[in-house]
Amino acid sequence: MIQTFAFYLFATIVLLSGAFTIFAKNPVHSVLWLILAFFNAAGLMVLAGAEFIAMLLVIVYVGAVAVLFLFVVMMLDIDFAELRAGFARYLFFGIVLAVFLAIELVLGLEAFRAGAIKLGTATSAPVDAAVPNLEAIGALLYTKYVFLFEAAGLILLVAMIGAIVLTHRKRSGTRPQNVAKQVRRRPQDAVRNLTPEIGQGVDL
Amino acid sequence: MTEFFQTHLGAGFGWFVANLILILLIALPLMLAVAMIIYADRKIWAAIALRKGPNVVGPFGLLQSFADGLKVFLQETIIPSASNRGLFLMAPIITFTVALLAWAVIPFGPGMVLADINVGLLYVLAISSLGVYGVVISGWASNSKYPFFSAMRAAAQMISYEVSIGFILISVILWAGTSNLGGIIDAQRGTILGIFNANALNPLLFPIAVLFFISSLAETARAPFDLTEAESELVAGYQTEYSSMAFALFWLGEYANVILMCALNALLFWGGWLPPVDWAPLYYVPGIIWFFLKIGICFFMFSWVKATVPRYRYDQLMRLGWKIFLPISLFWVFLVSGYLMITRYGALS
Repeated sequence: MIQTFAFYLFATIVLLSGAFTIFAKNPVHSVLWLILAFFNAAGLMVLAGAEFIAMLLVIVYVGAVAVLFLFVVMMLDIDFAELRAGFARYLFFGIVLAVFLAIELVLGLEAFRAGAIKLGTATSAPVDAAVPNLEAIGALLYTKYVFLFEAAGLILLVAMIGAIVLTHRKRSGTRPQNVAKQVRRRPQDAVRNLTPEIGQGVDL
Repeated sequence: MTEFFQTHLGAGFGWFVANLILILLIALPLMLAVAMIIYADRKIWAAIALRKGPNVVGPFGLLQSFADGLKVFLQETIIPSASNRGLFLMAPIITFTVALLAWAVIPFGPGMVLADINVGLLYVLAISSLGVYGVVISGWASNSKYPFFSAMRAAAQMISYEVSIGFILISVILWAGTSNLGGIIDAQRGTILGIFNANALNPLLFPIAVLFFISSLAETARAPFDLTEAESELVAGYQTEYSSMAFALFWLGEYANVILMCALNALLFWGGWLPPVDWAPLYYVPGIIWFFLKIGICFFMFSWVKATVPRYRYDQLMRLGWKIFLPISLFWVFLVSGYLMITRYGALS
């Protein structure tokens, strides 16, 4: 009973905060609603017995991705009047997009009612419930799906390098610091003790 | 205790009551510990600076923190008119709540843990990554320059150091073979020649124990990484616009986080509730005393660092996180897993 209650609680909050993410006028509020949605989705994962996925969801999405979202959105100085001015211009594309999404939704629902596609038979037996999430996923990911796993890593690496190459620009006129050089510097390299003649001054 | 309540109050309600009591048994002493640790921090800091520190309220000034608490409680709550009211008030609550949440999985002794979950360490990592929201939201909601700068700094700083903390935790999990905190402590029993109970005394893990200590300073924004509240540049950082209890919640949450990080240092690298040496008579001392002793020593080192080390510059902080800690901790994941594959899982044979 308590599980059902918890499920409906989390699910309702996920849906509501998802809706508020779209409807909130202030983009920072949108991101905060999104974070609430992520957090409650993690709660749903815990209910489903996937505690490892739940923790990953919180660590990766709430702890890192959403912080960066928030970071960027806070830095932007958004002009709401300008945002609304573009509404009529994009209305046509918006409607086209909405129609496509509606068609997909109807098709998806009908396909769901028609039953599942036979893609193949499941070869691996379901994992014993006593095996912790972490071990079950690790045992599968690093043996059976090791090449897919590494391919995913490679794609992410390429994406990362691509993002760096695209945004990196060589700036001239900067004076980057050489930390090793700063640490190596000793007082005797920089300080001289002089006893100059009065009125003579010193050479710099 | 859970069984006692379950026999008297029924399975469901008894479980609920027992857990409620257990939560209070952790949260209330934690608040007391925070008050005392603030006092200890000020005393240590004063001693290093050849001052007396708080010595007026109560014997040796022991009640200073409570006097401060009372003062703050009686102050007027001021909410800046230009601020985002709801978020402004929510930010300290988030900081404070998050600082308490992680204690659910910390084992205080053999079997003395509220939630003995398999993903305990990941839970701690997940919760500690939420801590940044209190700072970021307060900075933004204050609608003021310095808190906003502070929020930006905090967001970048905490994400940077969480990366290396994540890799360090992976190395520890690999070594212990479990991410359950109790299991990690058990794996440290007699880890060095059957004598010492501490991962940190393992030559392979000692460097990342040092890295973890420094990263936990950065993660809790303590000196020398307290750029979020650098008073010479940002007044008081994200707390600038706060007063009275809202400010106190930040204060309490910050110190609860510091104790949590000390507890994590003790758990992961110094054997948690195990005595330092694997020698039978030492086991007569209750585990919780060893654990608190280790937290205390770790906190002393936190204070010591705060009193002696000058603040980092922001670019130095970022350089340390991304160009030094990240590569080293990533390399250590390879090193530890390679070593374990050869010695424990027989990859070469």
